[in-house]
Amino acid sequence: MNAFFATVRRDLLLALRRKSEVLTAVFFFVIVTSLFPLGIGPEPVLLKKIAPGILWVAALLATLLGLPRLFAADHVDGTLEQMALSPSPLGMLVAGKILAHWLLCGLPLVLLAPVLGLQFDLDASALGILTLALLLGTPLLSLIGAIGAALTLGVRGGGVLLALLVLPLYIPALIFGAGAVEAHIAGLGAGGHLSLLAAMLALAVFFAPWATTAALRIALE
Amino acid sequence: MRQSIVHWFKFASPQSFYPLAGRMIPWFWAAAAIFGISGLWISFFVAPTDAQQGEGYRIIFVHVPASWMSMFIYLVMAFWAGLGLALNTRVSGMMAQALAPTGALMAALSLWTGALWGKPMWGAWWVWDARLTSELILFFLYLGFMALQAAIDDPRRADKAGAILALVGVVNIPIIYFSVKWWNTLHQGSTINLTKAPSMAQTMLWGMMLMALAFWMYSIAVALMRVRAIILERERHTEWVKHAVE
Repeated sequence: MNAFFATVRRDLLLALRRKSEVLTAVFFFVIVTSLFPLGIGPEPVLLKKIAPGILWVAALLATLLGLPRLFAADHVDGTLEQMALSPSPLGMLVAGKILAHWLLCGLPLVLLAPVLGLQFDLDASALGILTLALLLGTPLLSLIGAIGAALTLGVRGGGVLLALLVLPLYIPALIFGAGAVEAHIAGLGAGGHLSLLAAMLALAVFFAPWATTAALRIALE
Repeated sequence: MRQSIVHWFKFASPQSFYPLAGRMIPWFWAAAAIFGISGLWISFFVAPTDAQQGEGYRIIFVHVPASWMSMFIYLVMAFWAGLGLALNTRVSGMMAQALAPTGALMAALSLWTGALWGKPMWGAWWVWDARLTSELILFFLYLGFMALQAAIDDPRRADKAGAILALVGVVNIPIIYFSVKWWNTLHQGSTINLTKAPSMAQTMLWGMMLMALAFWMYSIAVALMRVRAIILERERHTEWVKHAVE
């Protein structure tokens, strides 16, 4: 467990020394969501209706943008190999890296989403549901994405390939995440969607670090 | 008992599997031809015209078997991939690689025939129905698998990475299917109900079953031919391949 927290701390520290990389993904999120009203038109009714979907798709893409960095630098300088050789289980270290990735790429999106939601005229309770859904959903995105990042490590055209592998697997998170807000707005209650999202997160917390570790070992062979 | 285990593992070696596959291929082609011709005959000449859909419904004899195969092939592919990962057998990975293009073809065929069927029946090439959408996602999963394998130069690493992706995909397919299904019921009060098939005439069912068998045999034959090509490509440095090609 110590190794887990040490990995989280190390990755956070490294990211804070190079802030621009983290901030790029966050600004990407802001810019993409701002592009939709410009493309579609400023009608508040329409924008309010499509807001959850837009924010979620933008969160998906922003998470995807940060994924190649998850293992790439450590792979290049050999840290990853040392991690695989270290006495602490690689799965634990990988879980730490995924948590650090979420804190850097996912959490800022969760915190920004309510502000961006205001642009789309969402009311306070809908903003609350949106934030809660993203809070449950973005760790799921990081966990699933880590599998893809490990599989495409050091592969030709890794970035684009990563999108092709990971985006279809993100679809359930998108459906239930955006669906929670829409169901809430429609007066149906978001409980079911949020529970399903939480269930998927529990499943991913258990399986994804394991699959990521297996994929990393293949990449390191 | 020990004898039989040795016997099965014998075909895990490319060298002994290559001639075995070569011997099986003509039989599967013959079966595909027999089932295909009889199935097409029943579907075009014997099966009655549908009371509601007229002659247009006959595309079902291609559409439904293609959809079934696209889903089934993914399971078979994941099975071989998992076996290859667990037992480290080389032919398993090659089988998974050989099955993927056929599965993608079936998914594409199913989407295409679905669009052709949908236009006269519903008046739209595409509706965001749960089945259509999940078939499209399945197609994306096939593409991802093939792209990942193509991007990795070392074939052993490509096999293993593809295997993990296929297994992750298999775990996700039911999740994706149900999420798309619930998404669909939330969004649209669907006017088109695909699940409620009108009770089918016995001959139609026969035609569909024969066509499904034909697709099945075709898929096996093509996958075996492809796996033979993959074996030759990957084992080209060995002595036996030089003799086999001569």
